[in-house]
Amino acid sequence: MSELTLFLIRVAYLAILWIFVLAALSVIRSDMFGARVTNASAGQPAAPPARGKAAPARAPKRGVPTHVAVTTGSNAGVTVPLSQAPIVIGRGSDAAIILDDDYASTRHARIAVSGDQWFVEDLGSTNGTYIGSVRINQPTAISLGTQVRIGKTILELRK
Amino acid sequence: MSGFTPASSMPVFVHRSRRGAELVLLILALVVGIGAYVAVGLGVQEKIPVDLLGYGAWLVVLLVAAHIGVRLMAPYADPVLLPLVAMLNGVGLAVIHRLDLALAEDADKFARQQLIWMTIGVVLFLITLFLVPDHRMLQRFTYTAGLAAVVMLILPMLPFIGKTINGARIWINLGPVSFQPGEVAKVLLVICFAGYLAVHRDALALAGRRFAGIDLPRARDLGPLLMMWAISLAILVLQRDLGSSLLFYGLFVVTLYVATERKGWIVVGGLLFAGGVFAALTLFSHVRVRVFTWLDPFKYYPVGDDGVTSSGQLVEGMFGMAWGGMIGRGFGSGEPWRIPYANSDFIIPAIGEELGLTALLALLLCYGLIVERGLRTAIVARDDFGKLLSVGLATSIALQTFVVVGGVTGLIPLTGLTTPFLSYGGSSLVANWVIIALLLRVSDQSRRPLPTAPSDEDLAAEETQIVKLDKGAMSK
Repeated sequence: MSELTLFLIRVAYLAILWIFVLAALSVIRSDMFGARVTNASAGQPAAPPARGKAAPARAPKRGVPTHVAVTTGSNAGVTVPLSQAPIVIGRGSDAAIILDDDYASTRHARIAVSGDQWFVEDLGSTNGTYIGSVRINQPTAISLGTQVRIGKTILELRK
Repeated sequence: MSGFTPASSMPVFVHRSRRGAELVLLILALVVGIGAYVAVGLGVQEKIPVDLLGYGAWLVVLLVAAHIGVRLMAPYADPVLLPLVAMLNGVGLAVIHRLDLALAEDADKFARQQLIWMTIGVVLFLITLFLVPDHRMLQRFTYTAGLAAVVMLILPMLPFIGKTINGARIWINLGPVSFQPGEVAKVLLVICFAGYLAVHRDALALAGRRFAGIDLPRARDLGPLLMMWAISLAILVLQRDLGSSLLFYGLFVVTLYVATERKGWIVVGGLLFAGGVFAALTLFSHVRVRVFTWLDPFKYYPVGDDGVTSSGQLVEGMFGMAWGGMIGRGFGSGEPWRIPYANSDFIIPAIGEELGLTALLALLLCYGLIVERGLRTAIVARDDFGKLLSVGLATSIALQTFVVVGGVTGLIPLTGLTTPFLSYGGSSLVANWVIIALLLRVSDQSRRPLPTAPSDEDLAAEETQIVKLDKGAMSK
């Protein structure tokens, strides 16, 4: 095979190599700038706009939550100010809200803030953390009055 | 009661799934990998390799399987990681094949084995994605992983199954094949460090006394970690595996620094490292040899004054890269087989000789991108454990690449480690595929759109069931 052919093969191969690298870079670039930015206030981005009946626009609750309260369960009545966030909830002695609940784990869940949105995050508990009947598997936004269930305990954010 | 009433106007990034982009990049990666194989055939044998169809089809099947697995099991995962890894693995296979052709005792001995290892790697990649639907479940195995890592590191020292190859006792015999359990231990240690620090990072950063500008953590917080690290390092030093010791030590310092956000750890880590190097220099002759041949390689080429110390491997690699120049000699026109172990530790000089600096820069850039994607995953991860896990995994690839590329180019003393994904070496390849699977898993979890809390109507519908059930249970 001639020198020239070998040279062309070599150059062509290097070109392919760099085309791949540049393509990877452009995907990374589009991934960075092409991500859709939504406002959390726009509501639920994933939800289809029409759900049978037109949901009336809910007026946001006035005021910001200041503490988290246990409403149901053997620790009902316990409140902890949100200024201590992140608040760990569980049976362990290092938890901010120590639950006397056989279905709660030592470090069960955590309530934390991001911006001015509060989130509840399950810390890999055995029996799970529920909002409504949905077991959460990622940090989930909660607001005033959202009932978070841990074992037999229900907590909510209050003003 | 009220449901989810979003009160903030905080912007939220909604990542797209990007599986289409991944597929396009994968096809390009396949072109690069199979193209290298064709170029090797044309350059070395002057014909298109006869088994091109079979070989190409095998690669296509493997990568399409990996892609479909990601589509099904981690749809929001990072789109660039898998193609980058596929490309590096493909190029590695072609270069190993090229070296096999040159050595020609048993043509394709190593390339065929590497392809088998790659298949095992992809299968384990898929199994990992399947078995770990949520990376946070790995946090439960913090101490189990630590213990398993230590056991893995001890295995090669046991009689019968342990095996010494090239002066390092880091292998175990598994019937026909040898395996380096240290590579698996690397992944386990990352999980262990991340799991431990995710829980104890506050205690490590805040509790404790301040001394000479550095916050010293309490012994009971640091103790378990330090013990684990000391055990692994001691084992590695006993096994004379310098590269892995360096890797584990670096992992430890980086994860600790990221977890505590205390710069003091870098200082402490650096000082301890300097002390360790000094001790190793005075205690171990094999460390001295490495440093001397690094400081003055040509004095020991082909052998030094003592007739034993040799820098042949290092210098042959440098000759190769120098001869390769900007665009290399071309496949088949170089003589990379002159470098001992060109297909494992010294694959970078072999590529530098035949493809030149242009290709080496492209490959190094790819490693940089893999690490960048790992760290980006850590930034967007929503939980501490995920952050620390992806930092640890990305660091392990970064350090491994740095140690081996720095070693063969003469930047740092040479220590034996495989180049991730490129080098011949089954244990390392398999372990790195698992690392990528874990990174994709964390990435999928963190790029997935936030689940929204159920709406008022949903909650109202559920309320009767849930709350009343609880109340009923309590009144009993």
